[in-house]
Amino acid sequence: MTLKGAAAITGIAEMKPAKRQEGLTGIAMAADIAIRCIADAGLTKDDVDGLVTELAFGNPTALIDTLNVHPNWAHGVHMMGASGATAVAAAAAAIHAGYANNVLCIVATQTQDDVPAGGPGLDPDYMQQFIAPYGPVAAANGYYALVAQRHKDIFGTSDEQRAKVAVDQRFNAQANPDAMFYGTPIELDDVLNSRMIADPLRILECVMPVMGAAAVMVQRADRAKDGPNKPAYVLGVGQHTDHDQIAHAQDMLTTPIAVSSKRAYEMAGVGPTDMNMLSLYDCYTITVIVSLEDAGFCEKGEGGAFVQSTSLRYDGDLPTNTHGGQLSFSQPGLAGGMSHVVESARQMMGRAGDRQVPVLDYCFVNG
Amino acid sequence: MAEYAKPVPTPNPVSAPFWESAKAHALKVQRCVPGQHWFFYPRLRCPFCHTQDIDWVEVSGKGRVYTYTVVYRPQSSEFEEDVPYVFAVVELEESPNLRMYTNVDDVSLDDIKSEMPVTIKYDDVTADTTLVKFVPA
Repeated sequence: MTLKGAAAITGIAEMKPAKRQEGLTGIAMAADIAIRCIADAGLTKDDVDGLVTELAFGNPTALIDTLNVHPNWAHGVHMMGASGATAVAAAAAAIHAGYANNVLCIVATQTQDDVPAGGPGLDPDYMQQFIAPYGPVAAANGYYALVAQRHKDIFGTSDEQRAKVAVDQRFNAQANPDAMFYGTPIELDDVLNSRMIADPLRILECVMPVMGAAAVMVQRADRAKDGPNKPAYVLGVGQHTDHDQIAHAQDMLTTPIAVSSKRAYEMAGVGPTDMNMLSLYDCYTITVIVSLEDAGFCEKGEGGAFVQSTSLRYDGDLPTNTHGGQLSFSQPGLAGGMSHVVESARQMMGRAGDRQVPVLDYCFVNG
Repeated sequence: MAEYAKPVPTPNPVSAPFWESAKAHALKVQRCVPGQHWFFYPRLRCPFCHTQDIDWVEVSGKGRVYTYTVVYRPQSSEFEEDVPYVFAVVELEESPNLRMYTNVDDVSLDDIKSEMPVTIKYDDVTADTTLVKFVPA
Protein backbone atom coordinates (compact mmCIF):
# COMPACT_ATOMS: atom_id res chain seq x y z
CA MET A 1 0.00 0.00 0.00
CA THR A 2 2.80 2.48 0.76
CA LEU A 3 5.11 3.66 -2.00
CA LYS A 4 8.02 1.64 -0.67
CA GLY A 5 10.06 0.51 -3.64
CA ALA A 6 7.58 1.88 -6.21
CA ALA A 7 10.09 4.30 -7.70
CA ALA A 8 13.78 4.91 -8.07
CA ILE A 9 16.08 7.77 -8.95
CA THR A 10 17.70 6.79 -12.26
CA GLY A 11 19.37 9.99 -13.48
CA ILE A 12 20.99 13.11 -12.03
CA ALA A 13 22.27 16.47 -13.25
CA GLU A 14 23.67 19.38 -11.30
CA MET A 15 25.01 22.77 -12.28
CA LYS A 16 28.38 23.74 -10.83
CA PRO A 17 27.29 26.54 -8.47
CA ALA A 18 28.53 30.09 -9.02
CA LYS A 19 27.89 33.53 -7.54
CA ARG A 20 26.59 34.57 -10.93
CA GLN A 21 25.58 32.30 -13.77
CA GLU A 22 26.61 34.74 -16.48
CA GLY A 23 24.52 35.09 -19.57
CA LEU A 24 21.87 32.61 -18.50
CA THR A 25 18.26 33.29 -17.64
CA GLY A 26 16.57 31.13 -15.05
CA ILE A 27 14.69 29.22 -17.71
CA ALA A 28 17.88 28.58 -19.69
CA MET A 29 19.66 27.27 -16.59
CA ALA A 30 16.76 25.03 -15.67
CA ALA A 31 16.25 23.73 -19.19
CA ASP A 32 19.93 22.88 -19.59
CA ILE A 33 19.91 20.87 -16.39
CA ALA A 34 16.65 19.18 -17.34
CA ILE A 35 18.04 18.08 -20.70
CA ARG A 36 21.21 16.76 -19.10
CA CYS A 37 19.17 14.83 -16.54
CA ILE A 38 16.98 13.21 -19.16
CA ALA A 39 20.11 12.07 -21.02
CA ASP A 40 21.76 10.89 -17.81
CA ALA A 41 18.82 8.58 -17.21
CA GLY A 42 19.16 7.16 -20.72
CA LEU A 43 15.79 8.61 -21.75
CA THR A 44 14.51 11.00 -24.40
CA LYS A 45 12.29 14.00 -23.87
CA ASP A 46 9.31 12.02 -25.19
CA ASP A 47 9.73 9.59 -22.30
CA VAL A 48 9.17 12.32 -19.73
CA ASP A 49 5.51 12.10 -18.71
CA GLY A 50 5.77 13.77 -15.30
CA LEU A 51 7.30 17.03 -14.07
CA VAL A 52 7.80 18.34 -10.55
CA THR A 53 9.44 21.71 -10.17
CA GLU A 54 10.51 24.33 -7.68
CA LEU A 55 11.55 27.21 -9.90
CA ALA A 56 12.33 30.61 -8.41
CA PHE A 57 11.04 32.25 -11.55
CA GLY A 58 7.85 30.39 -12.46
CA ASN A 59 5.46 27.50 -12.54
CA PRO A 60 6.17 24.07 -14.02
CA THR A 61 4.70 25.31 -17.29
CA ALA A 62 7.57 27.81 -17.58
CA LEU A 63 9.72 24.94 -18.87
CA ILE A 64 7.21 23.31 -21.20
CA ASP A 65 7.92 25.34 -24.36
CA THR A 66 11.68 25.33 -23.87
CA LEU A 67 11.89 21.60 -23.23
CA ASN A 68 9.02 20.62 -25.48
CA VAL A 69 7.84 17.99 -23.00
CA HIS A 70 4.16 17.31 -22.45
CA PRO A 71 3.66 15.70 -19.06
CA ASN A 72 0.45 14.02 -17.98
CA TRP A 73 1.18 15.25 -14.51
CA ALA A 74 2.98 18.48 -13.58
CA HIS A 75 3.27 19.75 -10.04
CA GLY A 76 4.96 22.74 -8.40
CA VAL A 77 6.41 22.44 -4.92
CA HIS A 78 7.06 25.41 -2.65
CA MET A 79 8.76 23.97 0.40
CA MET A 80 11.86 26.18 0.49
CA GLY A 81 14.93 24.13 1.33
CA ALA A 82 12.81 21.00 1.54
CA SER A 83 11.71 21.33 -2.08
CA GLY A 84 14.25 18.88 -3.52
CA ALA A 85 13.34 16.07 -1.15
CA THR A 86 9.64 16.91 -1.37
CA ALA A 87 9.84 16.82 -5.17
CA VAL A 88 11.20 13.28 -5.09
CA ALA A 89 8.56 12.23 -2.58
CA ALA A 90 5.84 13.76 -4.74
CA ALA A 91 7.24 12.09 -7.87
CA ALA A 92 7.35 8.69 -6.18
CA ALA A 93 3.78 9.15 -4.98
CA ALA A 94 2.62 10.14 -8.46
CA ILE A 95 4.26 7.05 -9.92
CA HIS A 96 2.73 4.86 -7.23
CA ALA A 97 -0.66 6.41 -7.98
CA GLY A 98 -0.31 5.70 -11.68
CA TYR A 99 -0.21 9.33 -12.84
CA ALA A 100 3.13 9.01 -14.62
CA ASN A 101 6.11 6.69 -15.14
CA ASN A 102 9.13 8.94 -15.72
CA VAL A 103 9.06 12.06 -13.59
CA LEU A 104 11.65 14.80 -13.95
CA CYS A 105 12.24 16.72 -10.71
CA ILE A 106 13.99 20.03 -11.07
CA VAL A 107 14.90 22.84 -8.68
CA ALA A 108 16.43 26.09 -9.92
CA THR A 109 17.20 29.64 -8.87
CA GLN A 110 17.47 32.59 -11.19
CA THR A 111 19.15 35.56 -9.60
CA GLN A 112 19.77 36.54 -6.00
CA ASP A 113 16.82 38.93 -6.38
CA ASP A 114 14.51 35.93 -6.40
CA VAL A 115 15.33 35.05 -2.80
CA PRO A 116 13.37 37.39 -0.49
CA ALA A 117 15.62 39.55 1.69
CA GLY A 118 14.37 38.15 4.97
CA GLY A 119 14.76 34.58 3.89
CA PRO A 120 12.32 32.64 1.75
CA GLY A 121 8.84 31.77 2.91
CA LEU A 122 8.37 34.38 5.60
CA ASP A 123 5.05 36.22 5.74
CA PRO A 124 5.86 39.82 4.73
CA ASP A 125 3.22 41.30 7.01
CA TYR A 126 4.56 39.42 10.01
CA MET A 127 8.09 40.49 9.06
CA GLN A 128 7.34 44.19 8.86
CA GLN A 129 5.35 44.30 12.09
CA PHE A 130 6.99 41.90 14.46
CA ILE A 131 10.55 41.34 13.21
CA ALA A 132 11.95 44.24 11.14
CA PRO A 133 11.56 46.92 13.84
CA TYR A 134 13.87 44.96 16.15
CA GLY A 135 16.83 44.65 13.79
CA PRO A 136 16.97 41.04 12.59
CA VAL A 137 20.12 39.54 11.19
CA ALA A 138 20.72 39.35 7.44
CA ALA A 139 18.82 36.58 5.63
CA ALA A 140 18.02 33.50 7.72
CA ASN A 141 21.21 33.71 9.80
CA GLY A 142 19.53 35.16 12.89
CA TYR A 143 16.89 32.48 13.21
CA TYR A 144 19.45 29.68 13.30
CA ALA A 145 21.66 31.70 15.63
CA LEU A 146 18.66 31.71 17.98
CA VAL A 147 18.55 27.92 17.81
CA ALA A 148 22.31 27.57 18.25
CA GLN A 149 22.32 29.91 21.24
CA ARG A 150 19.55 28.09 23.09
CA HIS A 151 21.13 24.71 22.25
CA LYS A 152 24.33 26.08 23.81
CA ASP A 153 22.60 27.48 26.90
CA ILE A 154 20.38 24.47 27.59
CA PHE A 155 22.63 21.56 26.54
CA GLY A 156 26.10 23.07 26.73
CA THR A 157 26.82 22.51 23.03
CA SER A 158 30.13 24.23 22.39
CA ASP A 159 31.40 26.41 19.59
CA GLU A 160 34.08 23.75 18.96
CA GLN A 161 31.50 21.00 18.55
CA ARG A 162 29.55 23.04 16.01
CA ALA A 163 32.78 23.97 14.25
CA LYS A 164 33.67 20.29 13.78
CA VAL A 165 30.64 19.94 11.50
CA ALA A 166 32.06 22.64 9.24
CA VAL A 167 35.53 21.07 9.28
CA ASP A 168 34.27 17.58 8.34
CA GLN A 169 32.08 18.94 5.54
CA ARG A 170 35.04 20.96 4.23
CA PHE A 171 37.16 17.79 4.19
CA ASN A 172 34.48 16.14 2.06
CA ALA A 173 34.50 19.10 -0.32
CA GLN A 174 38.17 18.49 -1.08
CA ALA A 175 37.01 15.44 -3.04
CA ASN A 176 34.35 17.42 -4.95
CA PRO A 177 35.74 19.64 -7.73
CA ASP A 178 32.30 21.28 -8.13
CA ALA A 179 32.25 22.49 -4.54
CA MET A 180 32.78 26.24 -4.05
CA PHE A 181 35.35 25.50 -1.35
CA TYR A 182 37.23 22.79 -3.21
CA GLY A 183 40.90 23.54 -2.66
CA THR A 184 40.49 25.36 0.65
CA PRO A 185 40.56 22.91 3.56
CA ILE A 186 40.04 24.33 7.05
CA GLU A 187 40.81 23.46 10.67
CA LEU A 188 38.73 24.09 13.81
CA ASP A 189 40.58 27.35 14.58
CA ASP A 190 39.72 28.72 11.14
CA VAL A 191 36.05 28.36 11.99
CA LEU A 192 36.40 29.67 15.54
CA ASN A 193 38.31 32.74 14.35
CA SER A 194 36.08 33.52 11.37
CA ARG A 195 33.88 36.61 11.36
CA MET A 196 30.94 36.60 13.79
CA ILE A 197 27.61 36.98 11.99
CA ALA A 198 25.12 36.50 14.83
CA ASP A 199 26.46 35.15 18.09
CA PRO A 200 27.22 32.27 18.28
CA LEU A 201 27.27 31.61 14.51
CA ARG A 202 30.38 32.62 12.60
CA ILE A 203 30.60 32.95 8.87
CA LEU A 204 32.20 29.52 8.33
CA GLU A 205 29.15 28.00 10.03
CA CYS A 206 26.85 29.57 7.47
CA VAL A 207 26.29 28.73 3.80
CA MET A 208 27.41 30.94 0.96
CA PRO A 209 24.38 31.84 -1.16
CA VAL A 210 24.98 31.40 -4.89
CA MET A 211 23.03 30.49 -8.06
CA GLY A 212 22.40 27.10 -9.58
CA ALA A 213 20.09 24.28 -10.55
CA ALA A 214 19.80 20.52 -10.07
CA ALA A 215 17.56 17.73 -11.28
CA VAL A 216 16.86 14.04 -10.78
CA MET A 217 14.80 11.59 -12.82
CA VAL A 218 12.42 9.41 -10.83
CA GLN A 219 11.13 6.35 -12.65
CA ARG A 220 8.80 3.46 -12.04
CA ALA A 221 10.79 0.78 -10.27
CA ASP A 222 10.16 -1.94 -12.85
CA ARG A 223 11.72 0.26 -15.56
CA ALA A 224 14.57 1.54 -13.45
CA LYS A 225 16.93 -1.29 -14.29
CA ASP A 226 16.68 -0.55 -18.04
CA GLY A 227 18.74 2.61 -17.71
CA PRO A 228 22.50 3.18 -17.62
CA ASN A 229 22.71 3.84 -13.86
CA LYS A 230 22.32 1.63 -10.82
CA PRO A 231 18.90 2.72 -9.49
CA ALA A 232 18.52 4.44 -6.12
CA TYR A 233 15.20 3.06 -4.82
CA VAL A 234 12.96 5.28 -2.73
CA LEU A 235 12.03 3.03 0.19
CA GLY A 236 10.60 5.40 2.77
CA VAL A 237 9.29 8.93 2.89
CA GLY A 238 8.25 11.16 5.75
CA GLN A 239 7.43 14.83 5.98
CA HIS A 240 6.28 17.01 8.86
CA THR A 241 5.70 20.69 9.54
CA ASP A 242 5.69 22.32 12.95
CA HIS A 243 5.72 26.08 12.46
CA ASP A 244 6.31 28.92 10.05
CA GLN A 245 8.08 31.39 12.31
CA ILE A 246 10.76 29.77 14.45
CA ALA A 247 9.66 31.80 17.48
CA HIS A 248 6.42 29.82 17.42
CA ALA A 249 8.02 26.38 17.28
CA GLN A 250 6.61 24.22 20.04
CA ASP A 251 10.19 23.52 21.10
CA MET A 252 12.84 25.41 19.18
CA LEU A 253 15.41 22.68 19.83
CA THR A 254 13.39 19.85 18.29
CA THR A 255 12.76 19.91 14.57
CA PRO A 256 10.02 18.30 12.48
CA ILE A 257 12.63 15.65 11.65
CA ALA A 258 11.70 13.95 14.92
CA VAL A 259 8.38 13.03 13.27
CA SER A 260 9.31 12.80 9.59
CA SER A 261 12.31 10.51 10.11
CA LYS A 262 10.21 8.02 12.09
CA ARG A 263 7.63 7.98 9.31
CA ALA A 264 10.31 7.33 6.69
CA TYR A 265 12.05 4.62 8.74
CA GLU A 266 8.74 2.88 9.38
CA MET A 267 7.76 2.90 5.74
CA ALA A 268 11.14 1.50 4.70
CA GLY A 269 11.29 -1.00 7.56
CA VAL A 270 14.74 0.16 8.71
CA GLY A 271 16.22 2.33 11.46
CA PRO A 272 19.14 4.69 12.14
CA THR A 273 21.62 1.86 12.70
CA ASP A 274 20.97 0.60 9.16
CA MET A 275 22.09 3.86 7.56
CA ASN A 276 25.45 3.79 5.76
CA MET A 277 25.37 7.45 4.78
CA LEU A 278 23.49 10.62 5.68
CA SER A 279 22.57 13.74 3.76
CA LEU A 280 21.45 16.34 6.29
CA TYR A 281 20.35 19.83 5.32
CA ASP A 282 23.20 21.98 6.55
CA CYS A 283 22.36 25.62 6.02
CA TYR A 284 24.21 26.06 9.34
CA THR A 285 26.32 23.79 11.53
CA ILE A 286 23.59 23.68 14.19
CA THR A 287 21.06 22.12 11.81
CA VAL A 288 23.26 19.04 11.41
CA ILE A 289 23.48 18.68 15.18
CA VAL A 290 19.73 18.87 15.81
CA SER A 291 19.05 16.68 12.76
CA LEU A 292 21.27 13.92 14.12
CA GLU A 293 19.42 14.08 17.44
CA ASP A 294 15.97 14.08 15.88
CA ALA A 295 16.76 11.36 13.34
CA GLY A 296 17.72 9.01 16.15
CA PHE A 297 21.49 8.93 15.89
CA CYS A 298 21.92 10.22 19.45
CA GLU A 299 19.78 11.55 22.30
CA LYS A 300 18.35 15.07 22.34
CA GLY A 301 21.03 17.42 23.61
CA GLU A 302 23.91 15.09 22.78
CA GLY A 303 24.38 16.15 19.17
CA GLY A 304 27.42 18.25 20.02
CA ALA A 305 29.22 15.40 21.73
CA PHE A 306 28.16 13.08 18.91
CA VAL A 307 29.70 15.17 16.13
CA GLN A 308 32.80 15.72 18.22
CA SER A 309 33.41 11.98 18.57
CA THR A 310 32.12 10.83 15.18
CA SER A 311 33.86 11.35 11.87
CA LEU A 312 31.38 12.68 9.32
CA ARG A 313 33.97 12.36 6.57
CA TYR A 314 33.22 10.29 3.50
CA ASP A 315 35.78 7.77 4.76
CA GLY A 316 34.68 8.04 8.41
CA ASP A 317 32.30 6.44 10.90
CA LEU A 318 29.15 8.00 9.53
CA PRO A 319 29.65 9.64 6.12
CA THR A 320 27.52 12.78 6.11
CA ASN A 321 27.12 15.29 3.29
CA THR A 322 29.86 13.70 1.26
CA HIS A 323 29.69 16.45 -1.38
CA GLY A 324 30.83 18.94 1.23
CA GLY A 325 27.35 19.77 2.41
CA GLN A 326 25.86 23.11 1.51
CA LEU A 327 28.37 24.54 3.98
CA SER A 328 31.23 23.74 1.61
CA PHE A 329 29.51 23.01 -1.71
CA SER A 330 27.51 26.27 -1.36
CA GLN A 331 23.79 26.98 -1.36
CA PRO A 332 22.50 27.62 -4.87
CA GLY A 333 19.24 28.96 -3.46
CA LEU A 334 16.45 26.44 -3.51
CA ALA A 335 18.73 23.98 -5.35
CA GLY A 336 20.85 23.72 -2.21
CA GLY A 337 18.43 21.26 -0.69
CA MET A 338 18.39 19.35 -3.96
CA SER A 339 22.19 18.96 -3.71
CA HIS A 340 21.64 16.51 -0.85
CA VAL A 341 19.29 14.45 -3.01
CA VAL A 342 21.65 14.51 -5.99
CA GLU A 343 24.71 13.53 -3.95
CA SER A 344 22.80 10.70 -2.27
CA ALA A 345 21.69 9.35 -5.64
CA ARG A 346 25.20 9.80 -7.05
CA GLN A 347 26.60 7.78 -4.16
CA MET A 348 23.98 5.04 -4.47
CA MET A 349 24.78 4.82 -8.18
CA GLY A 350 28.46 4.33 -7.36
CA ARG A 351 29.46 7.51 -9.20
CA ALA A 352 30.99 9.49 -6.37
CA GLY A 353 34.58 8.98 -7.47
CA ASP A 354 37.17 9.83 -4.84
CA ARG A 355 34.51 10.31 -2.16
CA GLN A 356 32.61 7.08 -2.83
CA VAL A 357 31.26 5.40 0.29
CA PRO A 358 32.21 1.74 -0.29
CA VAL A 359 29.30 -0.06 1.39
CA LEU A 360 26.00 1.62 0.70
CA ASP A 361 22.72 -0.17 1.29
CA TYR A 362 20.74 2.70 2.82
CA CYS A 363 21.08 6.45 2.68
CA PHE A 364 19.09 8.90 4.81
CA VAL A 365 18.26 12.14 3.03
CA ASN A 366 16.79 15.17 4.73
CA GLY A 367 15.67 18.38 3.11
CA MET B 1 14.80 65.14 18.04
CA ALA B 2 16.41 63.39 15.07
CA GLU B 3 14.00 61.53 12.84
CA TYR B 4 13.73 57.84 13.63
CA ALA B 5 15.24 56.06 10.66
CA LYS B 6 14.60 52.44 11.56
CA PRO B 7 11.60 50.43 10.32
CA VAL B 8 8.38 50.94 12.27
CA PRO B 9 5.46 48.53 12.23
CA THR B 10 2.39 49.25 10.13
CA PRO B 11 -0.51 47.79 12.12
CA ASN B 12 -3.48 46.16 10.45
CA PRO B 13 -7.04 46.01 11.83
CA VAL B 14 -6.34 42.71 13.61
CA SER B 15 -3.09 43.85 15.24
CA ALA B 16 -4.08 47.47 15.96
CA PRO B 17 -5.17 46.80 19.57
CA PHE B 18 -1.74 45.29 20.32
CA TRP B 19 0.12 48.35 19.07
CA GLU B 20 -2.32 50.75 20.75
CA SER B 21 -1.81 48.97 24.05
CA ALA B 22 1.96 49.28 23.62
CA LYS B 23 1.57 53.01 23.01
CA ALA B 24 -0.47 53.20 26.22
CA HIS B 25 2.33 51.37 28.07
CA ALA B 26 -0.11 48.65 29.12
CA LEU B 27 0.47 45.72 26.80
CA LYS B 28 -2.48 43.57 25.85
CA VAL B 29 -2.50 40.32 23.93
CA GLN B 30 -5.25 37.98 22.81
CA ARG B 31 -6.88 35.24 24.86
CA CYS B 32 -9.90 33.38 23.57
CA VAL B 33 -13.04 33.27 25.68
CA PRO B 34 -14.22 29.64 25.43
CA GLY B 35 -10.79 27.96 25.86
CA GLN B 36 -8.92 30.76 27.65
CA HIS B 37 -6.05 30.16 25.20
CA TRP B 38 -3.41 32.86 25.12
CA PHE B 39 -1.79 33.38 21.73
CA PHE B 40 0.54 35.74 19.88
CA TYR B 41 0.85 37.07 17.14
CA PRO B 42 -2.54 38.79 16.66
CA ARG B 43 -4.95 36.77 14.56
CA LEU B 44 -8.64 36.71 13.67
CA ARG B 45 -9.15 33.29 15.19
CA CYS B 46 -7.77 31.36 18.13
CA PRO B 47 -5.24 28.92 16.70
CA PHE B 48 -6.34 26.24 19.19
CA CYS B 49 -10.13 26.30 18.92
CA HIS B 50 -10.56 28.55 15.86
CA THR B 51 -13.10 30.71 17.66
CA GLN B 52 -13.42 34.40 16.88
CA ASP B 53 -14.65 35.08 20.44
CA ILE B 54 -11.44 36.67 21.68
CA ASP B 55 -10.54 39.15 24.43
CA TRP B 56 -7.60 41.51 24.59
CA VAL B 57 -6.09 41.00 28.04
CA GLU B 58 -3.43 43.05 29.79
CA VAL B 59 -0.28 41.07 30.62
CA SER B 60 2.11 41.46 33.56
CA GLY B 61 5.01 42.41 31.32
CA LYS B 62 7.19 39.76 32.92
CA GLY B 63 8.77 36.96 30.99
CA ARG B 64 11.99 35.13 30.22
CA VAL B 65 14.46 35.12 27.37
CA TYR B 66 13.59 31.98 25.39
CA THR B 67 16.67 32.53 23.28
CA TYR B 68 18.72 35.36 21.81
CA THR B 69 21.51 36.22 19.46
CA VAL B 70 23.94 39.11 19.41
CA VAL B 71 23.74 40.79 16.03
CA TYR B 72 26.89 41.69 14.15
CA ARG B 73 25.46 41.79 10.63
CA PRO B 74 21.99 43.33 10.60
CA GLN B 75 19.56 42.91 7.73
CA SER B 76 19.04 46.70 7.43
CA SER B 77 21.82 49.29 7.46
CA GLU B 78 19.90 51.50 9.91
CA PHE B 79 20.85 49.10 12.70
CA GLU B 80 24.56 49.13 12.02
CA GLU B 81 25.11 51.98 14.47
CA ASP B 82 23.81 49.75 17.28
CA VAL B 83 25.97 46.70 16.56
CA PRO B 84 26.47 44.60 18.64
CA TYR B 85 22.96 44.37 20.09
CA VAL B 86 20.63 41.66 21.33
CA PHE B 87 17.86 40.26 19.08
CA ALA B 88 15.81 37.84 21.12
CA VAL B 89 12.70 35.76 21.50
CA VAL B 90 11.02 36.51 24.82
CA GLU B 91 8.27 34.30 26.27
CA LEU B 92 5.73 36.10 28.47
CA GLU B 93 5.01 34.46 31.80
CA GLU B 94 1.31 33.97 31.06
CA SER B 95 1.87 31.28 28.41
CA PRO B 96 4.47 29.50 26.22
CA ASN B 97 2.30 30.57 23.29
CA LEU B 98 3.18 34.21 23.99
CA ARG B 99 6.57 34.40 22.35
CA MET B 100 7.73 37.44 20.45
CA TYR B 101 10.81 38.70 18.63
CA THR B 102 12.26 41.72 20.41
CA ASN B 103 15.41 43.38 21.76
CA VAL B 104 16.81 43.01 25.25
CA ASP B 105 18.38 46.31 26.31
CA ASP B 106 20.45 47.39 29.33
CA VAL B 107 22.19 44.04 29.51
CA SER B 108 25.86 43.22 29.09
CA LEU B 109 26.76 40.74 26.38
CA ASP B 110 28.46 38.61 29.05
CA ASP B 111 25.27 38.36 31.13
CA ILE B 112 22.58 37.73 28.50
CA LYS B 113 21.50 34.09 28.57
CA SER B 114 18.54 31.90 27.65
CA GLU B 115 16.00 31.63 30.50
CA MET B 116 17.03 35.03 31.95
CA PRO B 117 14.02 36.74 33.62
CA VAL B 118 13.06 39.99 31.89
CA THR B 119 10.43 42.67 32.08
CA ILE B 120 8.92 44.98 29.47
CA LYS B 121 10.48 48.26 28.47
CA TYR B 122 8.27 50.38 26.26
CA ASP B 123 10.31 52.23 23.65
CA ASP B 124 8.49 55.29 22.29
CA VAL B 125 10.49 55.47 19.07
CA THR B 126 8.16 58.00 17.43
CA ALA B 127 5.11 60.01 18.43
CA ASP B 128 2.92 57.29 16.91
CA THR B 129 4.86 54.10 17.56
CA THR B 130 5.94 52.31 20.70
CA LEU B 131 8.05 49.16 20.35
CA VAL B 132 7.87 46.34 22.89
CA LYS B 133 11.36 45.63 24.26
CA PHE B 134 12.67 44.05 27.45
CA VAL B 135 15.29 44.57 30.14
CA PRO B 136 16.64 42.20 32.81
CA ALA B 137 14.11 41.81 35.61
